[in-house]
Amino acid sequence: MGAQLRVYRQRIKSAQTTKKITRAMELISASRIQKAQARVQASNPYARAVTRAVSAVATYSNVDHILTTEKEIIERAAVVIFSSDRGLAGAFNTNVLRESERLAELLRSQGKEIVYYLVGRKSVGYFAFRRREAIRQWIGGTDSPEFATAQEIGEVLVEKFIQPASEGGVDEIHIVYNRFVSMLTQTPEVVRLLPLEVVEGVVEPGEHEALPLYEFEPDVEGVLDALLPVYIESRIFNAMLQSAVSKHAATQRAMKSASDNADKLITDFTRLANNARQSEITQQISEIVGGADALSGSKR
Amino acid sequence: MADLGARELRVSVVSADQEVWTGTASMVVARTVEGEIGILPGHQPMLSILAAGEVRITSEGASIRANAEDGFLSVDHDIVTIVARNAELVSS
Repeated sequence: MGAQLRVYRQRIKSAQTTKKITRAMELISASRIQKAQARVQASNPYARAVTRAVSAVATYSNVDHILTTEKEIIERAAVVIFSSDRGLAGAFNTNVLRESERLAELLRSQGKEIVYYLVGRKSVGYFAFRRREAIRQWIGGTDSPEFATAQEIGEVLVEKFIQPASEGGVDEIHIVYNRFVSMLTQTPEVVRLLPLEVVEGVVEPGEHEALPLYEFEPDVEGVLDALLPVYIESRIFNAMLQSAVSKHAATQRAMKSASDNADKLITDFTRLANNARQSEITQQISEIVGGADALSGSKR
Repeated sequence: MADLGARELRVSVVSADQEVWTGTASMVVARTVEGEIGILPGHQPMLSILAAGEVRITSEGASIRANAEDGFLSVDHDIVTIVARNAELVSS
């Protein structure tokens, strides 16, 4: 076998093994998407109920709470980045990191100092490589986020927010995550988490129904104190779940295109190998014919 | 408000990661930070913080009990929502 042909055969083999791996990963993430989507669905009733309750308070009372009031001078803003633990997901992590850079740029131009909170190994690696500081990082478990993690993140953030800026607290908290739009599109999303803006679902009471008497137990402040952290947690949990689904979808797509590329490589190299084999045979035949001609010529 | 007997409460019990129970009921009894409260159809809208304890839902004569912790209870137009970080049904 000629050297050329052997090289082609090797490359076909290597493309075939790569394809086996990427195909397997594609199938795995395809099955995980289903599970992750089911979890998003399952957490929806909770998120809806919490949102409805918060908007009820916002509609039926006009109490200012520390978590909803905007501070006059914003010195420091926190950015929470939701990335994944593993790569091989196309532009998934790049997108969310680029979006957070853009946000940081914007905040910096408004004269705010920025502190980071990172979720997922990939963003931690990104920061470590650039020797940047992050206050807190959470790694592991981004594939199937636990509510306990969301709760922990929520507690840390709320505590930081309540702290005055002079003591290292933050005045504003933004989160950046990938939102799952469809199997093909996941868009990075920037949301200001704190101070809270409850926009969705605040229903102004209609003409005929005057403000219904809404009873708060123990009182409005007490309810808000308990409710707002819960709301923040549920927002964070939702971001984590969305990010997990997006990650699986992105992985599936990346692995699918990797498998397709491997397929294409295999076809191309098979063609080249056939060509090399054929030209080898042609050469051998012409050598034999040439040799035979020379022999019969010398006999005469 | 005339015909209270015909009305029913629509109850759902949800925890952070799933909907635990949902259905119609004639009465809900829960423990809030201020004490036990019973809710019948036509209750005024309210929002209250739950204390750790049992929630009893009377539905079609049967009684459903659930443990709810760390959450709140909202009543609005006969829709009762019990929201808790951790909630599970107690099988009697």
